[in-house]
Amino acid sequence: MSLPIAPKPALRRFHQASWDEPVIFELTTPGERGVLVSRAEPGVREAVGDVVADLPTGMRREKKAALPEMGQMRVLRHYLRLSQENLGADFNIDVGQGTCTMKYAPKVNESIISTPKLTDLHPLQDQGDVQGILEIIWSLERAVAEISGMHSVSLHTSGGSTAIWTNIAMIRAYHEANGDGQQRDEVITTIFSHPSNAATAKAAGYKVITLYPDADGYPDAEALKAVIGPRTAAIMITNPEDTGIFNPRVQEWVELAHSVGALASYDQANANGILGITRARDAGFDVCHFNLHKTFGTPHGCGGPGSGANAVSEELAPFLPGPVIVRDGDRFFLDSDRPQSIGKVAPFYGVAPNLVRAYSWIMALGAEGIKAVAETAVLNNNYLMKKILEIPGASAPYAAGRRRIEQVRYSWQELYEETGISSEEIGIRASDFGMHYWTSHHPYVVPQPFTLEPTESYSMAELDEYAAVLAEVAREARETPEVVRTAPHNQTVHHTHHDDLDDPERWAITWRAYQRKYFS
Amino acid sequence: MTQPFVHPYLPNTAPDVKAAMLAAVGAASTDEFYADVPEALRLDRPLDLPEPFVAEQDLVRHVSGLLGRNVPTGERLSFLGAGTYNHYVPAVVDEVINRSEFLTAYAGEPYEDHGRFQALFQYQSLMAELLNMDVVNVPTYDGFQATATSLSMAGRMSGRRGVIVASDVLPDKMSRVTDFVRTNLDLTAVPTVNGTADVAAVTALLTEDTAAVWVETPSYTGAVETAIRQLADAAHAVGAVLVVGTDPVGYGVLTPPADQGADIVCGDIQSLGLHQWFGGAHAGFIAVHDDPRFVMEMPSRLFGLATTDVPGEVGFGDVAYDRTSFAHREEGKEWVGTAAALWGIAAGVYLALMGPQGMADLGETLLARTRYTQLKLSGIPGVALTDNALHLREFVVDFSEASVTAHAVVDTLRAQGIEPGVAVGEYELLVAVTEMNTQADIDRLADAVASVVAANTKTEEKSA
Repeated sequence: MSLPIAPKPALRRFHQASWDEPVIFELTTPGERGVLVSRAEPGVREAVGDVVADLPTGMRREKKAALPEMGQMRVLRHYLRLSQENLGADFNIDVGQGTCTMKYAPKVNESIISTPKLTDLHPLQDQGDVQGILEIIWSLERAVAEISGMHSVSLHTSGGSTAIWTNIAMIRAYHEANGDGQQRDEVITTIFSHPSNAATAKAAGYKVITLYPDADGYPDAEALKAVIGPRTAAIMITNPEDTGIFNPRVQEWVELAHSVGALASYDQANANGILGITRARDAGFDVCHFNLHKTFGTPHGCGGPGSGANAVSEELAPFLPGPVIVRDGDRFFLDSDRPQSIGKVAPFYGVAPNLVRAYSWIMALGAEGIKAVAETAVLNNNYLMKKILEIPGASAPYAAGRRRIEQVRYSWQELYEETGISSEEIGIRASDFGMHYWTSHHPYVVPQPFTLEPTESYSMAELDEYAAVLAEVAREARETPEVVRTAPHNQTVHHTHHDDLDDPERWAITWRAYQRKYFS
Repeated sequence: MTQPFVHPYLPNTAPDVKAAMLAAVGAASTDEFYADVPEALRLDRPLDLPEPFVAEQDLVRHVSGLLGRNVPTGERLSFLGAGTYNHYVPAVVDEVINRSEFLTAYAGEPYEDHGRFQALFQYQSLMAELLNMDVVNVPTYDGFQATATSLSMAGRMSGRRGVIVASDVLPDKMSRVTDFVRTNLDLTAVPTVNGTADVAAVTALLTEDTAAVWVETPSYTGAVETAIRQLADAAHAVGAVLVVGTDPVGYGVLTPPADQGADIVCGDIQSLGLHQWFGGAHAGFIAVHDDPRFVMEMPSRLFGLATTDVPGEVGFGDVAYDRTSFAHREEGKEWVGTAAALWGIAAGVYLALMGPQGMADLGETLLARTRYTQLKLSGIPGVALTDNALHLREFVVDFSEASVTAHAVVDTLRAQGIEPGVAVGEYELLVAVTEMNTQADIDRLADAVASVVAANTKTEEKSA
């Protein structure tokens, strides 16, 4: 064949890298070294003697740790191959991880943070030596306060769920300070709020009441009225919920909470579609949190470190984790003198690299840009919804005919009834086209769920491509179901058997446990 | 001429594209999508934020300019620790975790994210070798959380409330743990003797309501606990478990707590290949034996090996997913969420590079340089060590005999570009020594401290 090159087929012929890479322990070669360590100088040795031989009885490790022994480039090559066997958000049209806001994490921010001026700062250095980072954190706090309408902000936590924990820990301290900590032993949440609202409240000692939506999928204010009362410590809710439906009566929910002396806590994991549109404090919320790794463009790092921002009203400000950063003219200080604070929620002052990235993200966009983020995310979502609903067998339960905010929880129930192919199977097959999607948290209230959140980052053409892949897999489910059922076909590994993972006799959580259980 | 707002991060702000998309969904403007947001809740003004730097070069100049005001530890001589440590980070570690594929991935399935599952399984396995335990979690947020959760696990397993705190604990860590566990556990601290546990006093407090004895080694003051076996035996005698909070950096040479009877070993991995990052690079590990009573109490993800349709292929999956809040909301164990996976991958790469000999060498270097610093500082008249326990990487010196406050030492040495440590009392200074501090660095510290003490002594003599 000669030029011209034939046109590409409608769908990408993708194949994930597959190096068939062994587990690292199989790569060991005794005697090889990956990196050498600075050794004590002769003068030190002369002064201290043989510190290892002199260890107290029983304190000297008898056998060296059975770590692999590998030359440096071999370690590098092994891990780079593993990296190629991983589908980062920079590579795929990552609109399939609904609730997680997989937006572009700008490369310039990686370049900005890669400096010893940040990597090599110690948190207890002379505060005069860390004015730059303190100013950035302080400025980011102020920006989050403005975006939420709240009074004060803490950026200490390293994930969304620990930020939710911080919300409930502050609420607990607030009620205790008011003398009704004992009486208020219940927290109310909704089934389409992130499960960590329920789970952190339980961990803090509360009984959890979970409300289901009304028939149309809207949070049910009547259900709230039936359970709220003097035992309620807080409502802890997401809005829009994980269905992408905004609760139009949210202010009434907050007022109901306040009418019984409870607080209102807002999980803003789904804030991406409402930035600059509506604010937590304007609806009356007392506390809220954002996930900087979702809404503010810091990378997700295979599951962290993320970054949580806790924002509170003036009344709750004394309970924030300490220390807080205060500004005095041009200088920034750490203030630890806060008697009502819940104390530490994490070491030091938060995930500094993410705080700088988030600040940089805000400063690249400004007020106009941030509102454009929300509007574009919502436009993309409603555009993608139209495309998805054109696929036979796909549906978007609830709120029929209404617009959604930034994501939609769809259902393949119709396709499942017709073909027996589940949402999980469709998601795995979609990965053969270089796509990823996620079903839903449990329990599956929406049957055969999949949750798509296109964010502001993907172009119209990319959204078209994503929808075309799902349409193709739905077609396969009808016409060649075995292809879907036996997927993946173009991945690093093939269909994986999960039976061993739930049996204590058979599970292998580490290489050494695997060796012991199966080869000794 | 005013240009329309088109931002590089937002491809669909291109005017024609935006118009086409609106037309496709039959909307006149994006405002229609907010029909469910009541007018009363709409923000009727632009957000009050600073003017942005929309040109990338201007953004770099602005943010890098702010960071440029920082003076990193590399431009000082630093002996700061107290939770965040200045260890060397091999270049390969940064190369791996800065790969786009790892940096930007999140929560894919074991197929498209095979590499993430393998890298984290290997992290679990490498940590397990260092600790001599069979089960290690995908990292939680930090060592504070790991410890709070480990103690809570002990409480849930036993249905008991008592925790005996046998060691000196970093105050910030104690603050976090206390607020986390206070609904379910009661902490009782037993004063240490000579820097380590008072075994007799701990034993005397053990009852049928003791869920756990909690040991920290190295402790807040860097003291290595040498009585773990006795503490474990005492705890086990009343049906309690021994929880050891630790920093794994020393286990190339030190006996891992599991070999001395520890049931749960937990702590932070910042020392294993993570930069200081202003205290913002922490991740927590929890290690247990391969016993389902313990494993089923762990909230974190646990990645396990699995077979695939192809013989010889290595597959992965979630072990005992039913434990988690992802599966059962508030009925799961505590909760699981985005935590610190990338730092776990980093620590795995670090351990693979170091190997058995690297970790042994590092442990020896830390013991030797720590001891050397102790000798140099305590050789200064009026300066004393607060105990004669075995110390790894950190210890406290007492200036009370010299009548110099720790803050005075810090202030004076800072003026010379030295961070001598963290003042932890009026006269007490917590000094941290890592492999980054050479003999020459330590000698410089000792000379500077000696000068401060001598100057103060002269002043006192004059005024006397």
